[in-house]
Parts: sequence; structure tokens; C-alpha cells
Amino acid sequence: MSRLLPLLGFVLLATLLGFGIWWNSAHDPTAVPSPLINKPAPAYALPKLDDPAQTVTKEAMLGKPYLVNVFASWCFACGEEHPVLMAETQGLGIPVVGYDYKDDPNDAKAWLAKHGNPYSLVIADESGHTAIDFGVYGAPETFLIDGKGVIRYKRIGPLTPDVIAQQLKPAIAALQKEAP
Amino acid sequence: MLRAWRIALVFALLAIATAVAAQAIDPLPFRDHAEELRFQHLTSELRCLVCQDENLADSNADFARDLRHKVFELMQQGKSDAEIKQYLVDRYSEFVLYDPPVNAGTWLLWFGPLLILLAGGVAVGYTIRKRSRAGTPATPTDTGDDW
Repeated sequence: MSRLLPLLGFVLLATLLGFGIWWNSAHDPTAVPSPLINKPAPAYALPKLDDPAQTVTKEAMLGKPYLVNVFASWCFACGEEHPVLMAETQGLGIPVVGYDYKDDPNDAKAWLAKHGNPYSLVIADESGHTAIDFGVYGAPETFLIDGKGVIRYKRIGPLTPDVIAQQLKPAIAALQKEAP
Repeated sequence: MLRAWRIALVFALLAIATAVAAQAIDPLPFRDHAEELRFQHLTSELRCLVCQDENLADSNADFARDLRHKVFELMQQGKSDAEIKQYLVDRYSEFVLYDPPVNAGTWLLWFGPLLILLAGGVAVGYTIRKRSRAGTPATPTDTGDDW
């Protein structure tokens, strides 16, 4: 028995290592859970990208659910996400607000002109200060905000057709069911 | 003698390098040195979320700079360290703290090593008692295990 102990110890360690590898490949180790889910979205007042004189506020957006998609022209993963948005936003049934994060407005406009604009509205957060209130730490990130201004779902990283079908659309359907 | 000088030189260079690194990131308009120390201490306890193995104080990431400015801004508003940490936890979860608080989700992290130590102690105690009962001398004899 005592001869088998080291082997047993090795098997235990190997199992632990295997579990660690499996865990890290099954989960995104860089994903930080948002504590803002089911909490009111922070108050914001941000200029429109194409008309900075106009400001969009949280209050003005109350009443119906909408999606906020954080993107930037400098963000590589946003380029990967973009064709998915172009194809899918029409089918979501709610407005999608583009949130241009820490970006030069001219770069963002050129980027949207080149790749297409899937957003019903684009707001610009050039300094990134409001994004801190939203708990944004990268792009792309996507928030689903309900008619009462509460964050109901958050996606960190690009939206993919699978994520939209399996997570986002059910979340939107649940919102529309509870709405009067 | 020469060797001692060389070692001293390496340490001196290291000290200069760390001092420079600590100040190179971005100069903020601190009121006094105490406030700067408080800021350095606070940001060293906060995680940079885009470069997760670095703290906010050391990170050169653009986003870390934004968060440092936010921390500075909150300090200027007279917020306490606990309030500033809570502000960030509310938005970025407890993950942002380098020192995780003791709660249901983290007790294993905190007390796991102690449990392993206790388990090891019990195993050692058990073996010693078993051997002394069997009359084995304290000095280990050849058990046939050569490893």
C-alpha cells in the first residue's frame, strides 16, 4: 500500500492539472462577471456621434427595451462582431444603440461608413468616463437595458450567432413577455 | 570585495528602475505627499482588468489609466478608501480587489491552505503514533522504499 502512495499522489496532482486545463478552456478566464445585472443602468448623457450638439440621456431612452453595443474603430474583436450585427440586429425587434468607446469620432464615422451601420443610434464616449460607470473594461461589450432602465443581460466579448440565438434572444423574449 | 560592489550596484540600479517605474506612469496633481502615498497604496490593491496579473498602480494600459484617474477623482471628492473600493466593486465585481474579502465564495481560497496543513499534520501524527506503537525506533530503518 505504502508503495502505491506516491503513485496515488501523482494521479491526484495529474487530475488536478487536467481539471485546471479543462476549466480554463471551458471558461473564459478574462471574463469578469458584471455585478450590474438587474441593477439600474448608470445615468448617462452622451453626444450623438453624427450630431454632437444633441445629447442622449438615460431618461430619454426609458420606456422600451434597447441594446447597447460598446464598440470602437480601434477594436479588433469589434471588426469580427460587426458582420454578425449587420445580419442580426434587424431580427432582434429592439433598437440597438452603438456606444463608441474611447474613439476618435472621425475614425468611428469612417469605420461605420466602410463596414456599414447596424445601429439605430450611435452615442460617443470619447473620454471613456461614462463607460467606467457601466463597468466596461474592453470592447466589444453588450448590455440589454429594459424599459425601466435596468440592465438585464450583459455580454463581454463579441456577439456571435450562437450567443444571440441562445442567450440574447431568450433574454429579449422574456422582457417582452413581462412588458405590459 | 569586487563581487560585493557588483551586487550593491545591481541593487542600486534596481532601486532606481522601480522608483522611475512608479513615477513614470502619469503625474497627477496631488495636494501633498500623503495624498500621493494614499493613492499609490489604494491603486496597488486594485486589479487592472485588461491585464489581470497587474495592479492599477503598475499598469500602463490605457484603461488602467482611466481607472486611476477615476480613483483620483473620487479621492478629490473626499471619498474614503472603502467607499472608492465599493464604487469599483459595484461596477467591476470583487474581482477588482487584489485582496478578496472573506465570504461564502472565497472561504476555501482563504482557509484551504490551512486545511491542507491540518490534514498533513494529522497524517504525520497518525504515522508517528503507528510507528511508536509498533515499537519501530525513531530513526528510520530501511522500509524497502528506495525513493
